[in-house]
Amino acid sequence: MLPIVLLSVFGIVLLFLGFLKSKTVLLPAALLFLLITLAANFLDWNKTYLYFNDMLRTNNLSMIFTAIVLGSAFMVVALSSSFIEDESAQPAEYYALILFSLVGAIMMVSFENLIMLFVGVEILSVAMYVLTGSDKRNLRSNEAALKYFLMGAFATGIMLFGMALLYGATGSFTLAGLDAYTANPQAGLSLLIYVGLLMLLIGLLFKVSAAPFHFWTPDVYDGAPTIFTAYMSTVVKTAGFAALFRLLSVSFEGVYSFWWVILAIITAITLVIGNITAAYQNSFKRMMAYSSISHAGYLLIGLAALGAQTKQAIVFYSLAYSVATISAFGVLLLVAQQRSTQTFSSEGASDGVTSENFDAFNGLARKNPLLGFAMAVSMLSLAGIPLTAGFWGKFYMFSTAVERGQIWLLVVAVLMSAVGIYYYFRVIIAMYFREGALEPIRVAPFYRYVLLAATILTLGLGIAPGLLQGLF
Amino acid sequence: MLTLFLILYPALAATLILLFRGERVKQAALVAALVELVLAGFAFFSFQPDATSQFGFDYPWLGTLGIRFSAGIDGISVLLVLLTGLLVPFIILSTFNRSYERPSTFYALMLYMQAALVGVFTARDGFLFYLFFEAALIPIYFLAAMWGGENRIPVTFKFFVYTIFGSLFMLVALVYLYYQTPATGLIPHSAAIADFYKLKLTPEAQNWVFWAFFIAFAIKMPVFPFHTWQPDTYVESPTPATMLLAGIMLKMGVYGLIRFILPIVPLGVETWGKTAIILSVIGIIYGSIIAIRQRDMKRLIAYSSFSHVGLMAAGVFSQTETGMQGALVQMLAHGINVVGMFFVADIIFSRTNTRQLDQLGGITQTTPKLTVYFMIMLLGSVALPLTNGFIGEFLLLHGVFTYNHYLGLAAGFTIIFGAVYMLRMFQKSMFGPTSSRTESFADLTTSESWVFVPLVVMVFWIGIYPHTFLKVTEPAVANLMKYIGTTAVSMK
Repeated sequence: MLPIVLLSVFGIVLLFLGFLKSKTVLLPAALLFLLITLAANFLDWNKTYLYFNDMLRTNNLSMIFTAIVLGSAFMVVALSSSFIEDESAQPAEYYALILFSLVGAIMMVSFENLIMLFVGVEILSVAMYVLTGSDKRNLRSNEAALKYFLMGAFATGIMLFGMALLYGATGSFTLAGLDAYTANPQAGLSLLIYVGLLMLLIGLLFKVSAAPFHFWTPDVYDGAPTIFTAYMSTVVKTAGFAALFRLLSVSFEGVYSFWWVILAIITAITLVIGNITAAYQNSFKRMMAYSSISHAGYLLIGLAALGAQTKQAIVFYSLAYSVATISAFGVLLLVAQQRSTQTFSSEGASDGVTSENFDAFNGLARKNPLLGFAMAVSMLSLAGIPLTAGFWGKFYMFSTAVERGQIWLLVVAVLMSAVGIYYYFRVIIAMYFREGALEPIRVAPFYRYVLLAATILTLGLGIAPGLLQGLF
Repeated sequence: MLTLFLILYPALAATLILLFRGERVKQAALVAALVELVLAGFAFFSFQPDATSQFGFDYPWLGTLGIRFSAGIDGISVLLVLLTGLLVPFIILSTFNRSYERPSTFYALMLYMQAALVGVFTARDGFLFYLFFEAALIPIYFLAAMWGGENRIPVTFKFFVYTIFGSLFMLVALVYLYYQTPATGLIPHSAAIADFYKLKLTPEAQNWVFWAFFIAFAIKMPVFPFHTWQPDTYVESPTPATMLLAGIMLKMGVYGLIRFILPIVPLGVETWGKTAIILSVIGIIYGSIIAIRQRDMKRLIAYSSFSHVGLMAAGVFSQTETGMQGALVQMLAHGINVVGMFFVADIIFSRTNTRQLDQLGGITQTTPKLTVYFMIMLLGSVALPLTNGFIGEFLLLHGVFTYNHYLGLAAGFTIIFGAVYMLRMFQKSMFGPTSSRTESFADLTTSESWVFVPLVVMVFWIGIYPHTFLKVTEPAVANLMKYIGTTAVSMK
């Protein structure tokens, strides 16, 4: 609760700070606000509270998810320094929007009532639509924002319809009410429950970009400014999965036999589409977009095999994925910026082509060993190679499926993991084994520390995954 | 504790070596590897030959999940730990006349590799084994892809994807086994290999677990038809990396067969073991025939290695005590021989700039030392009595022959074919008229001789008095065989 209030206030403060016309104040202020919120989040540790007429519930799990989204946001903001140097950038608005969107994300991880879930999803989404289009002179960015908005609005509509149907069947919007209805069906469950749940799932699966609701992802990720792509692919996804987990584990365990098959099929499709298409990409950023689809697939394994391990699996996976993704986008940001080929037409609109191809990374490890290493570690983690956090993330996910005996799903996941190695290693090959006679990339000291911290966290959790255990 | 030290020490040494610059790197790496050899030698000679696991270390790693950092040395791992400790210093020494770009990274990766290999051979926890099994891939991948030949990028990449692909199936099997173990107290399940041994899996489960493990190990060794990554990778890798791959890394696969497949899924072995042996025997003959056709020395040795490893796999699946003992001794012997052979190929290449047999010849005229050492390593490879290869191959063939006469006979071709391609290689390169490339071929330098001396000593030691090594493995193998015999019956 406190984080929501703080973020709302800080967001407004940031907007006012924007009047100072000084970009140097905004970044430290935004970082400070995020840190304060992160600290405040843990004040209620080991306690459970209900707020707003029982519409929000905070517990250790919701606080962990909140910490992951706040931490991700902190890293993204910390890496945004070079992005806001652009004269046309509006950092006050960007940071305020990020803070506001976090309010939505926190609602999504701690909702107790479907209406709250809806409000949370919308707060997060609207902010994302704006951030996607924030590179106003870039045509691709504009196009992406419009596409994201139209499709997002459509998905929201479906989700809201689903909620209405669920209400029609149960007479309740609360998770407890839904649970009471589905767990003890009197004279069979209403058909509305199934249809409603399905529509609700479609809405949420759209947000986490699971196939076949993923079509917006590559274009939006590609078009949005890289820094917001990083934000989108981590915060939105974590919040979305936290919401899905909460919804399914609390309210719909009673009808597990209905939805697990659907989710399992969606999981398999997501894994196949995400990984196979990612292997065909020439742009690193588009590859990351498809890879983010594939990671939605891995996360879905845990949901389709909902069990005792799922909670832990989703938390660990979200964290491992977020850290590695931010680190990868952080390196991309520098590479694309300093090896840029972007051109502007006479009207001032750019063609939006920056150096985001794999070739841009050629020889990077020789000129910038730290950037190369950070990128290599994050790629290894995303590929799920041991001694990185990503390995344990996959391990937990696979464990949940084995526990439920869904071996076929696991075989699909294993085959697709092998495909994943193919495209993640293209970056490593470019960085370490190819020649690139280019200037070393300049990295600001603070930027360096953030990347270093992400790398250490990824390796640390890879070597001692037990650190996180016992927290929730 | 000794085991923990054997694993961590090379990794720490590697990290320190990253700080060194210039020529001192080589010396530092050599000293570091020699210290590991002393430790491994100490472990070997103070090992009490019985069926227990010794020098152990155990620490709850993911305590609440029952996953432990548990490592120790038993009669099966002791030879492999010795092999790893023995080969790495000589592989490093073999590079003394070469200079590599960014030497500190190069030697550090070799030592990281060593740490992971020792980890694989000593892990007593299934997941720890998996972790090291995969971790060993990363240094060797970078070694091969950064310092390899022209075609290195696609070739090593294929190798990497291929082996990871196999290992992922093993991961699924391990997770499955983990969930089959009963909960003990507060801890939900156990990943200890010893607890996997106690499982009574259904025949269906055994079948698929068998394949999940077998594919992982078969790719690593490699066994026909999973071998396609191997010859190219061996040729394209820099020779020290090839030595690591052929000398030690492929033993991970054979070791995995003994450690996991036989004791955990005996019914799976009963159903599919014959298929595995047939694949192995096909590999033996197929590898030999292709080796005979080779013109490139390195490629020839690569195929010979493929053929030899097939025999080891067949011996393991024969499920006889002699076959198993043979596989263990042969792992040690093959490691020594193959490193020696690759070193010869490397010396010839470094002086003539070619590995093509047609362009060589007459090297003996100027190189008495090289000729003698080359001949000894070669005789070890073709399993001449009184050399190390003989002991291993004899036991292995005996094992396969006991299992099935025809398969034993077919596998026996390895000796005849081996003699054909090896002697042909020797004749083409060393005898005959000199070519323009070999006219002024210089004999071995001191550091090169020092690589061969200990290898030759080992060739004869194992060949003349194998008891030193067999007695150490014997109780563990006997115990394992007894165990397999009783569990297979009890599971039916």
